[in-house]
Amino acid sequence: MPVINVEELTDLDKAKMEVTQLKTEVKLERAKTSKCCEEITEYIQSGAEEDPLVKGIPEEKNPFKEKGGCVIC
Amino acid sequence: MGEMEQLRKEAESLKDDITAARKAVQDLTLQDHVAGTAVVGRVQLKTRKTLRGHLAKIYAMHWGTDSKLCVSASQDGKLIVWDSYSTNKVHAIPLKSSWVMTCSYAPSGNMVACGGLDNMCSIYNLKAKDGNVKVMRELAAHTGYLSCCRFLSDSEIITSSGDCTCLLWDIETGTEKTVFAGHLGDCMSLGVAPDFNTFISGACDFTAKLWDIRDGQCRQTFGGHESDINAIGFFPNGNAVITGSDDASCKLYDLRSDQELITFQDSSIMCGVTSLAPSLSGRLLLAGYDDFNCNIWDTLKAERVGVLSGHDNRVSCIGVTPDGMACCTGSWDSFLKIWN
Repeated sequence: MPVINVEELTDLDKAKMEVTQLKTEVKLERAKTSKCCEEITEYIQSGAEEDPLVKGIPEEKNPFKEKGGCVIC
Repeated sequence: MGEMEQLRKEAESLKDDITAARKAVQDLTLQDHVAGTAVVGRVQLKTRKTLRGHLAKIYAMHWGTDSKLCVSASQDGKLIVWDSYSTNKVHAIPLKSSWVMTCSYAPSGNMVACGGLDNMCSIYNLKAKDGNVKVMRELAAHTGYLSCCRFLSDSEIITSSGDCTCLLWDIETGTEKTVFAGHLGDCMSLGVAPDFNTFISGACDFTAKLWDIRDGQCRQTFGGHESDINAIGFFPNGNAVITGSDDASCKLYDLRSDQELITFQDSSIMCGVTSLAPSLSGRLLLAGYDDFNCNIWDTLKAERVGVLSGHDNRVSCIGVTPDGMACCTGSWDSFLKIWN
């Protein structure tokens, strides 16, 4: 499989590649942002309750807790 | 009209069409959607462990799937596999080339990979029968530095390079299977989708691209950043992409509406983003910066809700454990810190 050496492409090659790519991308089916925002927020909110970095971890359940003694934070 | 001029005009026209198509589906902004949502409470994470042992700048780190072991790469010429619970070094692997820029832990835990200015991706077998860790494969084909690598499995790995391309490799045969070409600047970072069907790359052409792993096609391109994209990652559900740039901002791009939904920036932050990782639920975005700090953002409200300060030099890499229990920061100060 030949590796494409971008440094060897002429400006014309790059322009042709760009147009070909844009023709592919312009055809994309796009969903409404309202629906996408809804999905992202729902995903986050359903998981945030159980997200350890958000809700904190009780000392005894923390696998990274210090082993006894005094800790200066 | 010359051919070049014609192509240029065609490209501009297509770009206008894409801009219009994106606008046409923009019936609501994320900001409006979450207007009634409260900002998440202040997040104060503490350093629980400091992993000491590297003798020079740390450039990369990656968690194993067990959320306990992790691998780090430093320009002291070593890859270290750490047991983050005990801080013990499980393996200290000397590298042929000390100019390492990236490392990756295979999902199986059987291998690690690294690469950098040697333009190669070296694969190390951690489970050799004689107990010694040695190079299993040297994947050489890129004509520029290796900026990032991520295993798909024990038999496939994806690499990104300063030669502006990404490659999918067959580790067994040590050969390239697919070239992903299209970026016009150095590829700096890559992230694999949770379903392993696609991956994203961020580059010095200020764009992020979504690629189909099997057919090599670029499906989507996201612009908007005003400088190099250094860091990229998938939002946990695989439907959005987060980028971090030298323009001091992070952006979240939604894949289905094909556009940017939110920018994470603050007028007081003027230095580049080096690394990023979302928390388990995606509610928090942790991002490492050139100013030695790591900022914690509320992903929905785009407000800063915390800072991780403790490093004495640039935070070069960051990773949240797969189980979400902690985040690890790696720095040019030669230390890794585990926070939660």
